Amino acid sequence: MFGLFKKFQAGFAKTVSALAGKTAALFGHKAVDAAALAEIEEALYSADFGVETTGEILAEIKTAVRKDPGLQGRQAAELGAAVLARVLAGSEGRIEGGARPPAALAAENTTGCLVPPATPTVIALIGVNGSGKTTTAAKLGWRLKQEGHTVMLAACDTFRAAAVEQLKAWAGRLDLEIVASRTGADSAAVAFDAMQAARVRGRDFLLVDTAGRLHTKVNLMEELAKIRRVLQKHDPAAPHHAWLVVDGSLGGNSVEQARVFHKSFGLTGLVVTKLDGTSRGGALAAIWRELRLPIYFIGLGEQPEDLQPFKVGSYARAVFGLEDKQD
Amino acid sequence: MFESLTEKLSSALRNLRGVGQLSEANMAEALGEVRTALLAADVHFKVAREFVERVQAQCVGQAVLKGVAPGQQVVKIIHDELVRLLGEGTTALSPARPLKILMVGLHGSGKTTSTAKLAKLLKKRGYSAPFVVGCDIYRPAAIDQLEILARQEELGFYSDRVSRDVPAIGDAGLAAAKAANADAIIFDTAGRLQIDHDLIAEVKNLRARVQPDEVLLVADGALGQEAVNVAKAFHDALALTGLILTKLDGDARGGAALSIKSITGVPIKFVGTGEKTGDFDTFHPDRLASRILGMGDVVSLVEKAQENIDQKEAERMAEKMRKADFNLEDFLAQMQQVKKMGSMQSIMGMMPGMSGMQVPDGAEAQMARTEAIIHSMTPQERRKPELLNGSRRKRIADGSGTKIVEVNQLMKQFGQMQQMMKMLKGGPNGGGMKKMMRQMEAMKGKGGFPGM
Repeated sequence: MFGLFKKFQAGFAKTVSALAGKTAALFGHKAVDAAALAEIEEALYSADFGVETTGEILAEIKTAVRKDPGLQGRQAAELGAAVLARVLAGSEGRIEGGARPPAALAAENTTGCLVPPATPTVIALIGVNGSGKTTTAAKLGWRLKQEGHTVMLAACDTFRAAAVEQLKAWAGRLDLEIVASRTGADSAAVAFDAMQAARVRGRDFLLVDTAGRLHTKVNLMEELAKIRRVLQKHDPAAPHHAWLVVDGSLGGNSVEQARVFHKSFGLTGLVVTKLDGTSRGGALAAIWRELRLPIYFIGLGEQPEDLQPFKVGSYARAVFGLEDKQD
Repeated sequence: MFESLTEKLSSALRNLRGVGQLSEANMAEALGEVRTALLAADVHFKVAREFVERVQAQCVGQAVLKGVAPGQQVVKIIHDELVRLLGEGTTALSPARPLKILMVGLHGSGKTTSTAKLAKLLKKRGYSAPFVVGCDIYRPAAIDQLEILARQEELGFYSDRVSRDVPAIGDAGLAAAKAANADAIIFDTAGRLQIDHDLIAEVKNLRARVQPDEVLLVADGALGQEAVNVAKAFHDALALTGLILTKLDGDARGGAALSIKSITGVPIKFVGTGEKTGDFDTFHPDRLASRILGMGDVVSLVEKAQENIDQKEAERMAEKMRKADFNLEDFLAQMQQVKKMGSMQSIMGMMPGMSGMQVPDGAEAQMARTEAIIHSMTPQERRKPELLNGSRRKRIADGSGTKIVEVNQLMKQFGQMQQMMKMLKGGPNGGGMKKMMRQMEAMKGKGGFPGM
């Protein structure tokens, strides 16, 4: 776990300094005064936490200050991290195999392994243009492979020029199996073929990369429904996971994206990308509050290993510039 | 969902009736609403604060106008100020020939797509030979993507898939473009984080080598608070000359544009509005201002309608309505045209004062059921609904997975609609219109036409 946090902090290092730079009050041993509270408010807004979460965190810190006027910045930060962790409680997504009995699952889960069912576990990655679906598909494939699973990629973004080539290039680089057609082909047909191939070859996971689409485009949303339908011809439970890939540097609109994709496609989780900049991805709190979609992974960089499982504690503490607790 | 700012302000300012002047004290609540609206639209915290202060300074001391609700008056002041800020500077590009443009931005903001779109737009504006240079050596197949788009739009193209030296690729691209007599040269670069020193140094070198006339930051219209850091760092490193705001065909409020504008002062030049290479336009500050304030975007709605609704088809339909021989087939066609414009929610979102309204749950489903019912009729039945007897109705209900009651309801309401059209036909300016209004009132009471 510590190794993970290191990665997290390395990715978040600039974030921490950006937040710390703004909220000097949080890190000194000075008492929290009105000016410091204003700084904390600004820092939270600047992290895209939005009105609700910012309000909740701030209210608790204010109450604490009222009770103890000598409350120090650091204590306020600890409190803020605790409130954020509470808001996000339960939001850690973990992949489990759908077809195994729960007892076997529990037994195997203690080893920390992902448990694949008999037919491939299908993970569909969907999202708006440029959110990082193709890159996430490649990194996720690499990660699952590292964990000892067999993985197949399905290049179903047949719309954007060279998207197929992009995933193929990743597959070549990371030595992953891929089923692809060409740009302009029917994406559902590719999904069908890939599912068939994954079943015949007995692969554990099938990762379906789809074309970027704005959630406001009805016809493109219907295309997604078609992909689902053809996957279900092979396995009525597919896709077992439908994850929205969200750009962590976006603001409030990502909530709307999640809302609409969830309504029309039925999401099972999120992947939040591009958190290695100074973005703190605060919008994910608003998405969690409203839709209760677990966050499976976060993207912390351009390398394959930079796709990391989401950990509430690490995230909440990193946002407030605190080092992680050992667990 | 957002209530419209106008409504919020009206309620915050309701006590102002009868007050002579706007003052700091009587404006406080309203300005709080403005701030919240701006934050909800992803305007940066500080930028929102400064903006509110400026608006306050403008409002305080102004006499409350008679005949206008104070809420509207304040909204107008805010809207005008927003338009002024967003619209500062020119959207025109440098007149240099050849015109050299460098495209920069974060990952996934839309640089490669915008490069092709911009080249296409320049072609439309009279540049004879736009040329694109692919300098993104990092993202797999990024160069392929640009090459495909270039071929599609018949643009000159250069890149180098072997070299790792980006400034050198830029140089070679420039030479290739000049050799091809290009009059506009656009350099597409890799997405990079503003805090990645190596990559920022690389694009700085590229800038120094190719000496662009325009350096355009490509930013996602849904960008959050981060917009400020991004814009500032890119501007400090590269001296931006303009901004392209992408993915505005979504429903992001676009507050990031105000943040970027305020921080850098560079003009917003273009907006990306769709999947196709033609979906690219000059920036209009008034439209974005309305959008940021959640006041709806009527112009875009009209444009969307124009884009999606077949003009001839619409005329044919109008003619049919006038002659009152509007049958179920026409009705189906019309429903499908409306659907092409997007979800009912997104259409509602663009209407002023309706952005906060939710399409009632099931309205879309109702529309789908109506469609299913019509689809289950034979073409003959659609053209002559009077054919529908009991057994036919039963068949249609079974075929569409609905109940006979639903089929009956649809037929009844369709009958009313036809009657309305007959009345309209009845007299160009006579009693027909009045009768129709009465009829409409009556229909409203019964819940209106399904799915309309």
